[in-house]
Parts: sequence; structure tokens; C-alpha cells
Amino acid sequence: MTLGLPEVLTFASILFGVGAAGLLARRSLLFMLASIEVMFVAGGVAFVGVSASLGQADGQVVFFFVLAAAAAQVSVALALMLRFHAQSRTIDADRASSLRG
Amino acid sequence: MPSLLALVVALPFAGFLLLSLGGARLPARAVGIIGVSSVAISAVLAVAVFVALAASGPAEVRFVDTVWTWIDVGPFAPAVAFSLDGLSAVMMLVVTLVGLLIHVYAAAYMRSDASYRRFFAYMNLFVGFMLVLVLADNLLLLYLGWEGVGLASYLLIGFWYQRPENGYAARKAFIVTRIGDTALAIGLFLLFWELGTVDIAQVITRADQLLVEGSAVANLSAALILAGAAGKSAQVPLHVWLPDAMAGPTPVSALIHAATMVTAGVYLIARLHPIFEAAPAVLVAVAIVGAVTLLLAALAALGQRDVKRVLAYSTISQLGYMVVALGAGAYAAAIAHLVTHAFFKALLFLSAGVVIASLRGEHDLWRMGGLRRVLHLPFWSFGIGAASLAAVPVVTAGFYSKELILWNVWVAEPGGAWLAAVLLAGTFLTALYAFRAFFLAFFGKLRDAPSPPPRGGLIAAPLVILAVLAIVGGLFETSAYFGGIELLTLTLGDSLPAAAHGVGADALALMIGASGLSLLGIAAAYLAYGPRVLPRRAGGYLPAAGRAAEAGFGFDAAYERIVVGPFRRLARGLRDEPVDLVYEAVARLLRAAHGVLAFTQRGRVRVYLAVLLLGSLAVLAYSVMA
Repeated sequence: MTLGLPEVLTFASILFGVGAAGLLARRSLLFMLASIEVMFVAGGVAFVGVSASLGQADGQVVFFFVLAAAAAQVSVALALMLRFHAQSRTIDADRASSLRG
Repeated sequence: MPSLLALVVALPFAGFLLLSLGGARLPARAVGIIGVSSVAISAVLAVAVFVALAASGPAEVRFVDTVWTWIDVGPFAPAVAFSLDGLSAVMMLVVTLVGLLIHVYAAAYMRSDASYRRFFAYMNLFVGFMLVLVLADNLLLLYLGWEGVGLASYLLIGFWYQRPENGYAARKAFIVTRIGDTALAIGLFLLFWELGTVDIAQVITRADQLLVEGSAVANLSAALILAGAAGKSAQVPLHVWLPDAMAGPTPVSALIHAATMVTAGVYLIARLHPIFEAAPAVLVAVAIVGAVTLLLAALAALGQRDVKRVLAYSTISQLGYMVVALGAGAYAAAIAHLVTHAFFKALLFLSAGVVIASLRGEHDLWRMGGLRRVLHLPFWSFGIGAASLAAVPVVTAGFYSKELILWNVWVAEPGGAWLAAVLLAGTFLTALYAFRAFFLAFFGKLRDAPSPPPRGGLIAAPLVILAVLAIVGGLFETSAYFGGIELLTLTLGDSLPAAAHGVGADALALMIGASGLSLLGIAAAYLAYGPRVLPRRAGGYLPAAGRAAEAGFGFDAAYERIVVGPFRRLARGLRDEPVDLVYEAVARLLRAAHGVLAFTQRGRVRVYLAVLLLGSLAVLAYSVMA
């Protein structure tokens, strides 16, 4: 059994779906951040898969950029989360609804 | 001497200011002295100025006293200036002298009232504004006096404001006369526009030269001035305020009906008669208005139960006499009747005041009776007043002035004979209602013992003086059969055309006919309401017609239906600001849109994310399908 592009993309889609489901289902900000990481990785897998099948390295370079962006994003998000926790003694995303219209 | 003229006007105002600013601690005695003496000094000065005018001979027919320039805008520069000529001299003397007698009477009559000071302040204000009206040198100042009289009458009619119906009567008088005032203001604007001046003397000379007879401007301005005069002088259909004006204290009724206020309209038409002569059609309308008023009010007086309302309708009817005379061009005759009417109507009201006070406020004629034996002075004075009102021949003042009107109307063209017929019918009705009231109040059985009437010289002196005037006060202008006295003609000079005096078979026939009708009316009153008709018929005669007459022939009801009711409904509708509904609809729309948009902003991150994902999926699905 060889891993072709369809298999890789299917795997990436499933991974993305798992991440999205986690994002929607979890109320804890920490797990939501983890789910976002999973979605990032799903995007990365798709890039790597496509670049491997085309025989070009561009996609794998983009994956490094994605990782860098994800790291930056996590550091900002963790800071926000700590701040939120300090203010309301919770990390429940549904409690952060004071901007309700 | 002319400089005293401003003082004549200023003194009552000074009295008003002194009384209104004098504070509540002013003793009643001082209030009476200030209130009466301001008018008394004014009256003395008025006589002095009048004598000076008369002595200055025919060369000087007019005194003018300019106090200051009121407004100065280019050619339009009306001054606060008073002028005295024959006509305004007669009016000034009537206002100050009859006003003085009423003030003296009121000083005693109102003594026990809690608001004695306020009463005299208003009374002085009333006389002051009336003097402004009759002595004004220009139409603007005249209009100031005109409005001021309306204000003072409002204050006095509603004097006992604690009772809501008195306030209602005061507002009614103010609003109804205001309708006429508005017409008058427009009429005066029109005159200024056409003639370019508000100075009365210039208006009169320019009206002769510039107003084309029968032109639209002449007709319109005359008609508007007529409407103003009808409002103040209580002519149909603007007469409805006057019977209700009885809500005020009795001396106020005497002042409104005799010396001030209601005579203003007659004075105005006489003063501006060249304008009416340029509008012959309106002059005919004046005569018709007067004739209708005369008959309607005389009939309404027959149905009244309230003694003061009888006198009120009688005033309306007598003003009708004057207006008929004005319409027939007999201005001097109208002024003659204005003077004698001031005498006998003041007398009637002041007598009625004593009767009402002694019956503890009872106004109803059917509950009076037999007062002849207990109230001697009012019996005589009311009797003399009623006789003068009924124009009992030869011995009363009313006879001479009515005879003058009758002859001048008879010779007038067009329709003099018809108007004279109305006057003759009015003579009979006047005698009938005047003596109906007299017999009902003073003859028959004494109902309940009256409390002691107001006594004293201050009450008696005005009654006696006015009673004498009601008898001999007409001897200033008589026909050749009664000495041919022409004092009024002499006084009026060239301010008004002289009244004609009838000589010959026609004149004698008219005079005897009118005298006969007057006596016939008294006889009819004796038969119908005299002491021999016992027991008195409780509802009077012809109950249905009587009720219609008592209601003033439905004028009030008609106004209620046509004007007041719809206006009130409109006001009630407008109270909730219907225009605001439009703006409120805009606001409500915005609020609804806000609700829809706010619903999408739930504040939950996960909901946003779900929507974001679903949206992305939808876009993706759409692009794959396409």
C-alpha cells in the first residue's frame, strides 16, 4: 500500500475536522488552543503532501512558516488566556461573553 | 390747558399702580380713598379741560397733548398723544363722571370683600384704559386702550375667581371680544396700508380724499372695523359674552355696561365714520346688525329670570339702538343715546346691586317681590331707571335720545322706514321687559324678609344723582317741541355731523306713536306681571318661548355645537401629539433593526466559530458544485 496524494489529503481533512470539532465542543480555552494547533498541523500535512507529490520543496518551506506562525499565535493566545484567568478566575470560553450585543 | 389731558389719563393708572404695589397692609380706608380719588381728580381735570376747550371758541376745535413719541420708524411715528375734540370730550366726561359715581358706590358696596384692594386696582385700570381709548390721538394708541379695556374687563368679570364658572365667564368675554379685536387689528392695518398714517385726524381727512366710495378696500376695512365694534359692543353674533359677564360684582357690571367697554364700539364707528361713508354697503350692514341685535336681545330679556341678565340683555338691545343710528348715519343721535344710556343703565345696575345685596345674593326675579315696602330708595331709583330705559315720554332722559334716534333713522335712506319700524317694536318690548323686572321685584307679596340693605351716603348719593340724571340728563339735545336745546351739537362741533331735528306732522306722529308704544308696553307689563296677577304664574307665559328666550335663542348652544365642541375635540386629539407618531415610527423601526442585529452578537466565541466554519463550508461547497 502506497501513500498517494488522495490518502494524504483525506488524512489532513480528517485531522482538520477533529481539530474543528474539538474547537467547537471544548469550553476550556486551553483545549481550544490545542484544537487550533491540530488544525494548523492538518493544514501543514496538506502542504507537505502536495509538495511531495509535485516533487517541489515549496510546500515543505511553507510548513516551517506555518509552524512559526502557530508558535507566535500560541504565545499571544496563552498570554491572553492568563490575563482572562487572572480577571475572572476561569478559562471557560462561554463565560467570556461580556461583548454580547 | 391741553397738558392736563395726559394727567386725566394718567391719574387712574397712578391709582392702579399705587393700589397694586401698595402692599396687603394698606388699610381698607386708604384703598377706598386712593381708588375713588384717582378717578375723582381725573374727573375734575376732565371737566376743567372740557371747559377750556369750550371756552377757546370754535377756532380751536381740538386739543392735542403729545407726551412722547412712541415709535419712530421713518414716516411711521405714532406718539403717545391724546387729543380732545367734541366727540372725545363727550366720551371723556361720560367715562370719568359716571365712572366716578360707580367708584363712590363701589367704595361702600365692596367694603366687606376680602380683595377690596385688588378690586379698586382693576377698576382704576379699567377707567384708565377706557380714557386711553377715547382720547387716543392715533389708531395704534386707540388699539392699546381697546385691548387694555378687554384685559381689565377679563380681570373684573373673573374677580371672584374662586368659582370656576366666573373664570369661565371671564375667559368667554375675553375670547369672544378677541375675535372682534383681531378683525379690528386687520382693519386698522388695511387702513394704514391704504392711507399711510395712523393719526386719527389724518386718517379721517385722507379717507375723504383717497378712499374710493364702494371700493374693495373701503368695504373691507369698514367691515373689519364693524366686526371689532360688534365684539366690544356686544352685537349679534358676538353678543354672547355680555350676559355671562354678569359673573362679576355688580359695580363692575355697571362700569362695563354704562361708562366703559361696551360703548367703545359705538365710539369707534362714530370716530371713523368717514370710512363707513366710503362703504355704503357696510353702513347698511351696520344698521341691519343693530336692528337684529335690538330685537333679539329685547325678546331674550323678556325670558330672563336673573335680574342682572335682564339688564345685560337690555344693554345689548340699547346698544342695538345706537348701532342702528350709526348705520343710518345719525352718529350724533347714537352718541346722545350713549350718554343717556350711561345714566340710566348705571342707575339700574346700582339699584339692582342694593336689591341683590339685601337678599343675600339672590338674583332670581321670581323669588323677589314686594320689595317696594322695605327698599324705598332702590324702589324709586330702579323705577326711574326703568322708566328712562322704557323712554317714558317727556319726563325721562331716555325719551329724548330715543326720539332723536327715531327721527334721524326715519329720514335716513335707504330703508329708514323699516328701521324705524324695528325701533318702534323695540320701544314696546323695552318698556315691557323693563317693567316686567320692576313689577316682579318690587310689587306683589313680600317673599322673605330681606336683611338690612347697604346704606349710607356713599350708596345713596350715586343713586340719587344718577336718578336725577336719568330724568333730566336728556335735556342736552331736544327737538323744537321741547325747547330746541342743541348742547350736544354745540359740543360735538364739526367732529360729527349734526343730528337732524324733526318738525312737522311726521315728527309729531312718530313721537306720539313711540310714546304710545312705550306706555302700552308698561301697561302690558302691569297686566301680565303686576301686583294684581296673583298668584304669579310660576313659569311665566308661553313656557316654550320663555325657555328659548332665557337661553338667549340658542346662540350659546350653537357656538358650543359649531365652534367650542369641535375645537375641544380637536384639542383632545392634538394633546397626544399625532405628528409625533411619525417620528416614533422611525424610532421603533430602528429599535427593531437593532434587535435583529444584536441577536447575532451572542458574545460566545464558539458560536462565532461555528458560524465561521459553516460559512466556509458553504463557500467551499458552492465553489465545488459550480
